[in-house]
Amino acid sequence: MLNPDLKLNPKIFDQDVEKKATRDGYGEALAELGEKNKDVVVLTADLSESTRCEKFAAKFPERFFECGVAEQNMAAIAAGLGVSGKIPFISSYATFSPGKNWETIRTTIIYNNSNVKIAGHHAGIMTGPDGATHQATEDIAVTRCWPGIKVLVPCDSIEAKKVTLAAGETDGPIYLRFTRDKSPIITTEDTPFNIDKMQTFWLSDNPQSVIFTTGYMLYYSLFAAKELEETGINVLVANASTIKPLDGQTILDLVNQTGNAVTVEDHQTTGGLGGAIAEFLAENRPVPLEFVGLKDTFAESGKPEELIEKYGMGIEAIKDAVKKAIKRKSL
Amino acid sequence: MELLTEEKLVVLEENADKIRSLIIEMLLEAGSGHSAGPLGMADIFSAFYFHILNHDPKNPDWADRDRLILSNGHICPVRYGAMALSGYFPIEELQTLRKINSRLQGHPHRTALPGVENTSGPLGEGLSQAIGVSLAAKLDGRKYHVYAVTSDGEHEEGNTWEAIMFAGKLKINNLTVVIDRNNIQIDGNTEDIMPLEPLSKKYEAFNWHVIEIDGNNIRMFIDSINEALAITEKPTVIIANTIPGKGVSFMEKDFHWHGTAPDKEQAKKALEELRTLRGKIEHEGQ
Repeated sequence: MLNPDLKLNPKIFDQDVEKKATRDGYGEALAELGEKNKDVVVLTADLSESTRCEKFAAKFPERFFECGVAEQNMAAIAAGLGVSGKIPFISSYATFSPGKNWETIRTTIIYNNSNVKIAGHHAGIMTGPDGATHQATEDIAVTRCWPGIKVLVPCDSIEAKKVTLAAGETDGPIYLRFTRDKSPIITTEDTPFNIDKMQTFWLSDNPQSVIFTTGYMLYYSLFAAKELEETGINVLVANASTIKPLDGQTILDLVNQTGNAVTVEDHQTTGGLGGAIAEFLAENRPVPLEFVGLKDTFAESGKPEELIEKYGMGIEAIKDAVKKAIKRKSL
Repeated sequence: MELLTEEKLVVLEENADKIRSLIIEMLLEAGSGHSAGPLGMADIFSAFYFHILNHDPKNPDWADRDRLILSNGHICPVRYGAMALSGYFPIEELQTLRKINSRLQGHPHRTALPGVENTSGPLGEGLSQAIGVSLAAKLDGRKYHVYAVTSDGEHEEGNTWEAIMFAGKLKINNLTVVIDRNNIQIDGNTEDIMPLEPLSKKYEAFNWHVIEIDGNNIRMFIDSINEALAITEKPTVIIANTIPGKGVSFMEKDFHWHGTAPDKEQAKKALEELRTLRGKIEHEGQ
């Protein structure tokens, strides 16, 4: 069942569940942060509307910097602002930032320890019709390997707002991952959020497996959990809104109940959440682990739903992975 | 900035010579590093640390200090030498360059050594960082000036031109860029590897004020900085034509010394030449 303590959206499993893009939550939070703290500045590389900076830009034009199509310049300017007391958010598509400007961010923001928040938009195959050039499916991998960075991936627009507000109030470099399309609202304003804490969204007695998921794939995972329960398979679903640093204690608590686990993400399984969980479990509690996500392939143009089915990331694929993990445990 | 007297000029020239000796000594001890660039820029760094910058070596985090952003981080021995000589840290610490547990990283690191304003080394990033610092000053209404030292070779990086375009667009006038135009890079002479000329026309086309000088002439350099500070309608770039390896005859104008450190014999010879030069400056100053 849905964790009652989290005060989740009661209509989550309804056909007409409300949908909103996580990037919208980001945009709302930026405007709010700008109001709260005059040191918050926003930079974009010709993507102010689609990365939802326009509200901030309209309210605080003197603190908004349009860099043109120049992601490296945007990152290093932000680095200079960040070491001078400002809290810059850099807004672009994740394939370009932190993709194209990866080394610039590495040197001038991460190693230089500049207080910059890197917002990577249009992440995952959910970017859909634009095709694989614009679907960032490696961004978690290439950011979480940076020493000291925090990596945050919100599950819906409400959590996206909370994550962005938290980033603005947390010192140091942070990567934030957002998606393009509208996705179901899972949480509510009253759902607790803690940047250091992984929360269990789906509870069950005597669980046979646990699903660790991140981003909007939480919705698919919850659906899979519900359908599995109807067939007598009890699972847990945990939302890794913070992929780095991982909440190791919660992972151990959950895996100790199940003895196996499944990871679900809209990202390459190598290096993504799957990789992160695998690294942690290999060191602390080795158990059978199944991965749902992109498996060493680029996707293509198409509707998000079609892509999720074609690339084996939908509800059926999650259910299959859970069954496989449970079976492997008993071998 | 105070007036440049003849007496002060002699002091600056002497300090440049001392910095050159420190560069040779620290590179010999380190066993690796870049020789030509740091030697060529010793005059400019002497002028910066002992005349131009509004700074306090004992209070490197002072909020209103001028910022000197070094983009071509590989010439950091010249910065370290100037910093030690002006009192940021003991001269002996220069001997730790490139060694384990040192604050003097092979390429400069902001959080390792107070007074280093930016982490750099990978080329083409410093001008953007300097722009960020300049924007922060404007947002906060602070009066400090931002200087960025870049190399000619890093003008082959796209990022450099992104930054030039941006500063031109916003007419950033609390920023002055100094290009170490020494015509060499690792693989050869810049005009053979990737021609940069006409460099001044390119900057002008991007709406910058351009001054071109002999970068080993301290008076000329300080005059050009004064001109830059007087230009408020656009950013200024000073193209400083320097002699790579300046002061050490066998290193001058030879691109092979871009990324090489001297051995014991070479260092001995270099230090002898620099000592002779120092004697000459002192003699002329009297």
